[in-house]
Amino acid sequence: MDVMPKWAEVILVPLISLLLAAVLSALVILAIGENPWDALKLMVDGALGSTYGWGYTLYYATNFIFTGLAVAIAFHARMFNIGGEGQAVLGGLGVALVCLYIPFPHWSLALITASVGAALFGAAWAFIPAILQAKRGSHIVITTIMFNFIAAALLNYLLVGALKPAGSMEPATGKFPETTHLPSFQDMFSFGEATLFRGAPANISFFVAIAACIALWALIWRTRLGYEIRAYGHSESAAKYAGISPTKIIVVSLLISGGLAGMMAINNVQGEAERLVLNAVEGAGFIGIAVALMGRSHPLGVFLAAILFGFLYQGGAELALWTSIPRELIVVIQALVILFTGALDNMVRMPLERFFLSRRKPPKPDAKSTPAVGTN
Amino acid sequence: MTAPAIELKGISKAFGPVQANKDISIRVMPGTIHGIIGENGAGKSTLMSILYGFYKADKGEIFIGGTKTDIPDSQSAIAAGIGMVFQHFKLVENFTVLENIILGAEDSGLLRPSLSRARRELKALADEYELNVDPDAIVEDIGVGMQQRVEILKALYRQADILILDEPTGVLTPAEADHLFRILENLRREGKTIILITHKLREIMDITDTVSVMRRGEMTATVKTVDTSPQELAELMVGRKVLLRVEKTPASPGDVILDVQDLNVTDAKGVHRVKGISFNVRAGEILGIAGVAGNGQSELLEVLGGYEKASGQITVNGTPIDLTGQKSDGQSRRRRGIAHVPEDRQAEGLIMDYAAWENTAFGYHHDAKYRNGLFMNNAAILQDTTEKMERFDVRPPDPKLAAKNFSGGNQQKIVLAREIERNPDLLLIGQPTRGVDIGAIEFIHQQIVALRDQGKAILLVSVELEEILALSDRIAVMFDGHIMGERDPAQTDEKELGLLMAGMTGNPSQVSVKDIEENLAHAGTGKV
Repeated sequence: MDVMPKWAEVILVPLISLLLAAVLSALVILAIGENPWDALKLMVDGALGSTYGWGYTLYYATNFIFTGLAVAIAFHARMFNIGGEGQAVLGGLGVALVCLYIPFPHWSLALITASVGAALFGAAWAFIPAILQAKRGSHIVITTIMFNFIAAALLNYLLVGALKPAGSMEPATGKFPETTHLPSFQDMFSFGEATLFRGAPANISFFVAIAACIALWALIWRTRLGYEIRAYGHSESAAKYAGISPTKIIVVSLLISGGLAGMMAINNVQGEAERLVLNAVEGAGFIGIAVALMGRSHPLGVFLAAILFGFLYQGGAELALWTSIPRELIVVIQALVILFTGALDNMVRMPLERFFLSRRKPPKPDAKSTPAVGTN
Repeated sequence: MTAPAIELKGISKAFGPVQANKDISIRVMPGTIHGIIGENGAGKSTLMSILYGFYKADKGEIFIGGTKTDIPDSQSAIAAGIGMVFQHFKLVENFTVLENIILGAEDSGLLRPSLSRARRELKALADEYELNVDPDAIVEDIGVGMQQRVEILKALYRQADILILDEPTGVLTPAEADHLFRILENLRREGKTIILITHKLREIMDITDTVSVMRRGEMTATVKTVDTSPQELAELMVGRKVLLRVEKTPASPGDVILDVQDLNVTDAKGVHRVKGISFNVRAGEILGIAGVAGNGQSELLEVLGGYEKASGQITVNGTPIDLTGQKSDGQSRRRRGIAHVPEDRQAEGLIMDYAAWENTAFGYHHDAKYRNGLFMNNAAILQDTTEKMERFDVRPPDPKLAAKNFSGGNQQKIVLAREIERNPDLLLIGQPTRGVDIGAIEFIHQQIVALRDQGKAILLVSVELEEILALSDRIAVMFDGHIMGERDPAQTDEKELGLLMAGMTGNPSQVSVKDIEENLAHAGTGKV
């Protein structure tokens, strides 16, 4: 018997958490001598007030959807994949290799191949920690964190060496060929005179991200594999009893997780930069953790949380541009959102549960379904 | 007229929407043993937790020795003279008995004076109540029976006049349980008041003066033990007539279905758990494996169920099964016609957060009828679950309700329905009625016997001797990884089996409890 109705669980709890984070953020902005109301208006205007703003918000959101889904699927197997950052770096490498070395007649083929390349590279990077966890019991949190650093170092090495075009002074690959360039929202949604999303980086991979949400939802709740992953996540001992191999679940769920994190690269590397640069991931791997937490590991929740964080990213950039509020403050606001929606979840949940309990009618005296209480 | 040692008036306690205790009043007279009996979830433990200061009652008053007393925490309970012996002992394993006894009741910053005072008092208590323990033994080296005595001594050392024991015999062999009851009788003679919480009717009949029955959070009756019968108590607990005996005809065993030869199991910690056992189970019979928990029975079930490696040879229907390789997993076992109702349904048999329908496919989710390519055939599973719930009388019959929201008995029925309805050749069943209400026990026993009568082989593991005796066609007793012997249930009794459970043979009347305990402690088994 659930204490709260479903709608309160999925809407009310995050909403109140967000409001609390907003109130605290307002106080911080007030404390540095700015007007929080103006700041909010500026953020909303900058991120959502124009197709240009939306173009940025959705671009960031696309990154966060991929990394958020990556963390979410691992959560279902009760694995904490903290290595989305490194897996996304490797995904970028996969995209770069595909785009640089395979001649494509059309962007659509390039998108498909690059997606596969990104997923394979990301998955391969997750495979090593996964197999170490499954076979040797090395804790996945530790190994994936370490692999983030190895990934960064590896990329560094390649970008000042093998992948750097001759004569270039910059640690980056050369520009990808024209046929690999993905259609941006500006290309897709401008008709006749009206140019929408002018200059914004959002591109077709946003729709790939949506497709990934739907595919992951089906995987988790409709397939036999998803059933086994969730079963293992709920109870390892029960999974063993049912003949579900823990090794298989750990490895497979982390391969999917790493693959999703890697696929982020079709957005930021192929779609936006059109070449591979250092630090292309920009922390999106870590934001994915917050997105998955806030989205309760549900693909729809991840989607909505990713949009919210996209808004915070873009709105924060606008704040830094037009006010004396430093860019770092936006990190504070994001941290508050994470704090309230993730870490302090119970602070909001418990009073709400009490509220709903007090409104409930007393149980019928002879309820057959009275759950067992008290253990013997 | 003397004041009651304990009087509770109108105690109520709710956890969220669940009313665990409803307007409970009870009077326990000093110098008596008062039994509290009820099914799992009836609210016995909650009531005692209120008395011991773990929970605060929403309503109601507590009187100790006639004075109204507030018990906000366990310190106050101890101060009021209440001692509690929990089902799961609260001892520091690597401390000595003496250190455990003074823990939290030291006289000063220095240990030595407290220890020598405790040693003196322990001597006196031991002589007075037959509570013999070695004060210098390390707790993890002594048997469960002695650990329990340490718990009782802890309470007495703190001047407890009222002793509450929660399911004290769950982990004891019959001889040890008898010894415990002698101690309780000694305590009663000295004027102590004892509250005994149990679900075993026989213990209530044997030792208590009065008994209170709880059902669904309410106190349904308080009667003098001499004026009642097990049958009446069972009816009060369940609220309807129940059959306490299992009706079954003699078995007509057929071919050997399961044959185990020289089976050895070493667990992940390197402990040798099963030591070269051999036995078989035939079609149409129930082999019961008795033993104190922790003597290798669980590992035996795990090997047969496919989630523990072993050496030796096991054949099912004449063909060997894989014990170490690729085909030693649960899926392969199921394909070989082995079904398994595990000992711990909450940790193994069910995913508590999964709905009943998802649990119905659990372990069989790759079966052709439950799958649809890569996907699950949810419609088929739901349909199947609805039918199974109907046949096994699962309440509430809602396939979409999460397993955790069913009572223990109904959870067990969900597991049983899943395993039995697959029509296995061999059914492994561990602790079939642990934490199951009496009403459901009757049903579950009938199902097991019915499966036997269909000519299936059944391997039953249970720590409840009564259950073993009632259901089995043959009984094997396990002790320290060995099978101590096989007995015909018609020609044995609890005394003889109890001795075998302690690893001894011979005439029960010539063996002392001390020998039994030493043997158990020596084998390092029977730890909870």
